Amino acid sequence: MTSPARVRVLDAASIERSLTRIAHEILERNKGLPGLGIVGVQTRGVPLARRLAATLGSIEGTPPPVGVLDINLYRDDLSRIADHPVLRRTEIPFEIDDATIVLVDDVLYTGRTVRAALDAVMDLGRPRAIQLAVLVDRGHRELPVRADFVGKNVPTAPAERVDVLLRETDGRDEVLIVKPKDGRDLRGEDEA
Amino acid sequence: MNLKSRHLLGIEPLDPAEIALILDTAEGFAEIGTREIKKVPVLRGRTVVNFFVEPSTRTRSSFELAEKRLSADSLNFSSGSSSLVKGETLLDTLRNLEAMSPDFIVMRHAEAGAPHFLARFAKASIVNAGDGAHEHPTQALLDAFTIRQRKGKIEGLRVAIVGDILHSRVARSNVLLLAKMGAQVTVCGPPTLLPPGIERLGAAATWRMEEAVEGADVVMMLRIQLERMRGGYFPTLREYAAFYGLTVERLARAAKDAIVMHPGPINRGVEIMGDVADGAASVILDQVRAGVAVRMAVLYLLAGGERDAPAQER
Repeated sequence: MTSPARVRVLDAASIERSLTRIAHEILERNKGLPGLGIVGVQTRGVPLARRLAATLGSIEGTPPPVGVLDINLYRDDLSRIADHPVLRRTEIPFEIDDATIVLVDDVLYTGRTVRAALDAVMDLGRPRAIQLAVLVDRGHRELPVRADFVGKNVPTAPAERVDVLLRETDGRDEVLIVKPKDGRDLRGEDEA
Repeated sequence: MNLKSRHLLGIEPLDPAEIALILDTAEGFAEIGTREIKKVPVLRGRTVVNFFVEPSTRTRSSFELAEKRLSADSLNFSSGSSSLVKGETLLDTLRNLEAMSPDFIVMRHAEAGAPHFLARFAKASIVNAGDGAHEHPTQALLDAFTIRQRKGKIEGLRVAIVGDILHSRVARSNVLLLAKMGAQVTVCGPPTLLPPGIERLGAAATWRMEEAVEGADVVMMLRIQLERMRGGYFPTLREYAAFYGLTVERLARAAKDAIVMHPGPINRGVEIMGDVADGAASVILDQVRAGVAVRMAVLYLLAGGERDAPAQER
């Protein structure tokens, strides 16, 4: 059995620096925190959203509210996947109507997750604006979606997989590109 | 992970991990019921037939609401309007229903095993909404969900189930589920309404209500069906209420933070006194809310993908 090759594209320090930069960009774009809410997409968008909110809080004094969004019920492939994904909680502890929402996810890939997240948020209310922050943009969009704030653009081949490891969920901070050695297509093992 | 079968026929074939999966999934769906827009597009374009050969208002309404909140298209096919009264066999009815290409058939039938029979032939997923005195799995699941919400767990709890155990599919499914999840269950009722061998399902049995309720964390009352009166199972309703009605005094024997459950509709003054049903310990209306969330979870999980051919059904 050949194990796939792993290449580290972000380490703990560069993840931290990316989030700090994104926090400053969010403040610059929105001219401060009032009316702003951070929403993490389950599962790895959630710890990223919390870190981003904490960083924003350390810059501005008080952190913005953080919500959690499960997009599984809005996926476009529900009728095609064998095992329906485990449903996690959606919890937005602030008024969505007229808020500016920064959606946070770990990887931007096909854009389908973002499409689902937009629908999920719209069912909860009518925000003034929705912006998108991602730690990694790996390209290969299938929908007309782009991120407002990007930690790192990582060119990938479609058959590769991007693994985002975070200390809250995985015990350490690291972003890896996993290349298939045996020519196997790893896409199916990727997160949606 | 997902459910092993594409049908939900009873609690009996489920293992504890599958039960936990349904309850966990229902947590996510309960949140949808608190939104302003209580609808998600999960089952868009799917068709559900609610096939109720025995009258039912609450279970059917609960399923209907669950289906609507999942954006499924549903239609009701019930005994009064059905051709079963015109002599069509159950299998012929199934074939007619399936000609409309439903994805789910939610069925209630007076005969035990009717959904199991249809599951052998059906292309759609069959959900048992009550078959005779056999099982009523979604009721037991919503009861478990309510218990877990209030108590944080099921394992180790002492549960008393009181009433007509003999004719109750609710009791049977609940005993099976609670025993699988590690609760200590005692069933209680007059000797004529306690089926022999109930211990084999994993419950203790007693005729004395005081004994069943003593120290219980959950007191689950069953509805006395007034039509059973003619069966001679007990002398009068008054006598039944005197021995097996849940009064404030009897409830005082249970644990301090005990909850009182009832699948409804309640007979005030018979199996449960008004002040208990309306009291702080009562979670009867929570059960109704839980019903919609649990049924959404069941339909969501059963809709997931392809499973084994009908021959492999459990």
